[in-house]
Amino acid sequence: MSRLTRKFKAWFRTAFIHRPLITHRIKDGDERLFVERKQECPACHKHLSPDELESSLFVCPGCDHHFRLTPWERIKYTADGGVFHEFCADIESFNPLDFPEYEQKLTTSKKKTGLNEAIVTGICRVEGQEVVLGIMAFQFMGGSMGSAVGEKVTRALLLGMEKKMPVIIFTASGGARMQEGILSLMQMAKTSAAASVLEEHKIPFFIVLTDPTSGGVTASYAMLGDVILAEPSALVGFAGRRVIEGTIKQKLPENFQLSEFQQEKGFVDAIVQRKDLRKTLAFLVKTHMNVKKVWR
Amino acid sequence: MTEKEIIKRLTELRSLAQKHKLDISEEIKQLEAKLVNGNSSQDATWKKVELARHNDRPTTLDYIDIIFDDFLELHGDRSFSDDPAMIGGIALLNDKPVTIIGQQKGRNLKENVMRNSGMALPDGYRKALRLVRQAEKYGRPVISFVDTQGAYPGVSAEERGIGEAIARNLKEFFSVRVPIVVIIIGQGGSGGALGIGIGDYVIMLENAIYSVISPEGCASILLRDASKAKYAASIMKLTARDLLRFEIIDTIISEPTGGAHQNPEVTAAKIKLELVKVLNKLISRPQEQLVKNRYEKYRRMGVFIEKNAKKKSGFLKRFLRKE
Repeated sequence: MSRLTRKFKAWFRTAFIHRPLITHRIKDGDERLFVERKQECPACHKHLSPDELESSLFVCPGCDHHFRLTPWERIKYTADGGVFHEFCADIESFNPLDFPEYEQKLTTSKKKTGLNEAIVTGICRVEGQEVVLGIMAFQFMGGSMGSAVGEKVTRALLLGMEKKMPVIIFTASGGARMQEGILSLMQMAKTSAAASVLEEHKIPFFIVLTDPTSGGVTASYAMLGDVILAEPSALVGFAGRRVIEGTIKQKLPENFQLSEFQQEKGFVDAIVQRKDLRKTLAFLVKTHMNVKKVWR
Repeated sequence: MTEKEIIKRLTELRSLAQKHKLDISEEIKQLEAKLVNGNSSQDATWKKVELARHNDRPTTLDYIDIIFDDFLELHGDRSFSDDPAMIGGIALLNDKPVTIIGQQKGRNLKENVMRNSGMALPDGYRKALRLVRQAEKYGRPVISFVDTQGAYPGVSAEERGIGEAIARNLKEFFSVRVPIVVIIIGQGGSGGALGIGIGDYVIMLENAIYSVISPEGCASILLRDASKAKYAASIMKLTARDLLRFEIIDTIISEPTGGAHQNPEVTAAKIKLELVKVLNKLISRPQEQLVKNRYEKYRRMGVFIEKNAKKKSGFLKRFLRKE
């Protein structure tokens, strides 16, 4: 295939297939940023006013506890000017196994979070550099990965490959979505396959592990980034704590499966404070893209 | 469905099949099974779960003994240890070399302790990957036997990165340039099974099961009642027939009445027949095609709704086919 046809195909795909891109501008006071939270740090029980929380990026000033964020809050803190072009927003789950009560759970989750699925994917700029960004929402059915989440992650990775943009994914998930049975397990294979394509094309892939990341997501794309960052004290593991305690019949230490533990064992590149995340990501993108041009 | 209805439907189907010369033996078999196993499919599914976990069910080494000649087991992941729950090695299949990987359960209590009930550690998955890469280097096809209730959920596994080990296997298996054939012989438990379960062709034994979580786990987490495992098993769609319908597996190998352990030789012979047939087909494909097909096979998996998806004409679809 000639280069021209390939270019034309890529243009055609972005122009007609990835449409519609929905542009979000997340600014202060956006209604999606209003999330009901207890005004108290769950770790040290310090009282925190909403203003205090917001100015500290939802990190407890006393004990450095990082609160869980919604995708919109992440976008606000990550994307330039809060501008985010969402794609594949119309991909949704349905109930392939006829699993009882699954539809109801989906509907309540959609209502509660205002999201369609447990991940939001799109394109944005981080300090001026274009990236594909995916943010998982633990609020949506525990961030579980069903067919729709798997498909959105896969498409995000492939979009990065097509547009030659680095891909950043913020993970937060309880694992595979059991209601979709074996199909949810196969999403691990699908997303990993896309990650292998990305590697083949030498497109940078960065992961930010946030609290909590476990199960099937840990055992697939969350561990396949070129660089794996983590927020402080985020729970990162494969098997659940209670399952392990049931197997070994004893209590586990406090710091078990926290990101500090994972860094000590060699599975996390760096633990980054929330206020430094944007800067760190921008640095990573800069050091991974166009390196050949700079050094030629 | 009551018994009467089943019989009525059966006669209907049979006459239809004769009239139009249709092949609906599957459906007929299913209905007959319903008659034998009692009305509820719940019992039938649970019977399969029990058979898949049966103590006498042939294990990976049993099948290797019967199917292959001259098996040499290779040990160790070259970085930490050798995991007895995951075995691997080189063998001859009709005088042609192949690499075998697979989980191994113990065949008696003592061996089962040593084998950790077939629950592999990260070391096991890394050993499997090492052997697969070795097979690729020397052009040997890979045959993977899946039989595990899952990866080992323990402290040692977490410390050595079980998540990373499985994830890396998933990714690397997609770039292996030799054929990989997967056979699910017993329990296919979640990520632990998938960690060596990526292949160009996936075979499943009739009474094997393959699921994202054990029925007990599903019952206690989603139904909040561990005693409902039987019901959970029936709604999880974990039998070979369900998986074939979802196109997760490619073929089912039937077992002797009462399960594979009633006659391991017959089951093994059927596996061998299928293996030889499939490998001959796969080995003739160019390597690029093999990798591409494997990717496309898994790319298609999953069902979801896409509201604004544009309907593309046949020509455009073909033109825009990517990856």
